[in-house]
Amino acid sequence: MSVIKGRVWKYGDNVNTDVIFPGKYTYTVSDPKEMPQYALEDLDPKFAKDMQPGDIIIGGTNWGCGSSREQAVVCLSEANLGAIIAKSFARIYYRNCLNNALPALTCPEAVDAIENGETIEVDLAAGEIRCAAGTFKFPPLPGAVMDIFAAGGLIDYTRQNLEKKKI
Amino acid sequence: MAQTFAEKILAKKAGLDHTVPGQIVEITPDVALSHDNTAPIYGIFQRMGGERVYAPKMHAIFIDHAAPAPTTKHAENHRIIREIVADQGIEYFFDVGRGICHQVLVEEGLALPGEVVLGSDSHTPHAGVMGAFGAGIGRSEMASIWAVGSLWLRVPESMKITVNGEFHPGVTAKDLALKVIGDLGADGALYMSVEWHGEAIETLDLSQRATLPNMMAEMGAKNSYIPPDEKVIAFLDGRAKRTFEAVYPDPDANYDQSYSYDAGTIEPMIACPHTVDNVKPLSAVAGTNVDQAFLGTCTNGRLDDLAAAAEVLKGNKIATGTRMVVIPASSQVYLDALKAGHIETFLEAGAIIESPGCGPCMGNHMGVPAVGEVSISTANRNFRGRMGTKESDVYLASPAVVAASAVAGEIVHPKDL
Repeated sequence: MSVIKGRVWKYGDNVNTDVIFPGKYTYTVSDPKEMPQYALEDLDPKFAKDMQPGDIIIGGTNWGCGSSREQAVVCLSEANLGAIIAKSFARIYYRNCLNNALPALTCPEAVDAIENGETIEVDLAAGEIRCAAGTFKFPPLPGAVMDIFAAGGLIDYTRQNLEKKKI
Repeated sequence: MAQTFAEKILAKKAGLDHTVPGQIVEITPDVALSHDNTAPIYGIFQRMGGERVYAPKMHAIFIDHAAPAPTTKHAENHRIIREIVADQGIEYFFDVGRGICHQVLVEEGLALPGEVVLGSDSHTPHAGVMGAFGAGIGRSEMASIWAVGSLWLRVPESMKITVNGEFHPGVTAKDLALKVIGDLGADGALYMSVEWHGEAIETLDLSQRATLPNMMAEMGAKNSYIPPDEKVIAFLDGRAKRTFEAVYPDPDANYDQSYSYDAGTIEPMIACPHTVDNVKPLSAVAGTNVDQAFLGTCTNGRLDDLAAAAEVLKGNKIATGTRMVVIPASSQVYLDALKAGHIETFLEAGAIIESPGCGPCMGNHMGVPAVGEVSISTANRNFRGRMGTKESDVYLASPAVVAASAVAGEIVHPKDL
């Protein structure tokens, strides 16, 4: 998954978890596989229908603010979204992304430059976003969470830790 | 080395002399809070290979988000949670009817000064009212804590908000919280620790204070803290479930941002649709038609909130064509309100009383709005769709303003009733 290539779905500032995954589903939809059909339901009804694996969401500041509901990440990671690039992320949302191995990248310059609907490339290893407007660098993921990312997410990471403790 | 509250408490929990912002530490929380999401968390815990939880006494589990169960599906979720609680030997379990997790955690003496509360709920910063470090985390993170007992945290930058002066009568901590969020924005304290200092904070009682850390989640904060004073210590006397040692920031600690407010300049404020930082003075939206008024939630469902609303409602009737739903934040609040006569006042005014829990706050049940309707609520969020349908408007205000608006059928200042 080092290089991700996909179509851009661009949104604005302060997109909150209530529009990414509505609260009314939080205790009625529990199977992760059922979650993608509700993704962004109250923001962009076309998204769930038309998005393809590898597609990339571009957000403004404070993407994912509001509730801690992890479904707001899982509904996207289960759909195999390639990455989210934003000017900034809400704290819990950012943690949930990394813990679900969904690349969450902070790069304000790229957000301003990238157009909705264009196809872009994200090179995680090189720390580069390549789009029509040029190439943008983003800061690497925090070192301490790279292990979680490398394990494929927190679930697998903890499973490996538990196994080590049991030996 | 001078440290803020967050730097100092995370150092203490990580077994370090000091920490600096940006540092990653691994800590074991004192409390792991979960609610109706406990069953899905347990599913993740099992996928991780978990069998027995790391420390049963660390858990505080509540059924509050859709309680009592509105549908069979919700009831099944509750049943599974009760099975988990019994199977894992969880002592601190609070079933349907006890109330909202953040409020009950405080009432039960489980949110303590100098402790760390991690919760799979975004309003976990609420615990900061007792001088605890409360932070919200995701479900997978909670499952990981259940399995291995610890989690990584990034030491946050700190923001200091100092509030001096005196509040005018009828102006509440809710108005202060909305004013600050309106000024600094929904991401004004992104990933930060927000500390509240100053004489105006000291004069507030604990119930009013609780609204401040509760609402800092709406400014993006990781946690929020009020220095525990003699009011906190007195409240915890005979109530605290563990011995505790308060943590205070150093006077010369380094704050990334500092703000000062004069309580005397704060007026009743309203958060307008559809973001919590779309804040206006009450006067700017007075006259807006109201279909439903909602008094309750972890933000403003405590005894003094109900008392403030009852004072407005006494001798008045809810306007024809307007509904008012009242939900005490906990069974203790309900009982105290009953004894104080507030419940009688609500019923005589024509309000509806529902059982303790989150109610319609996130659109689950007990009074969700119809398409096109306008709600005024004491809650902490007004995002589009929050209360169930995206085709409705939600305004956020203090309890007295919500009650007055129910009587008038439109947004109104209590003094103008």
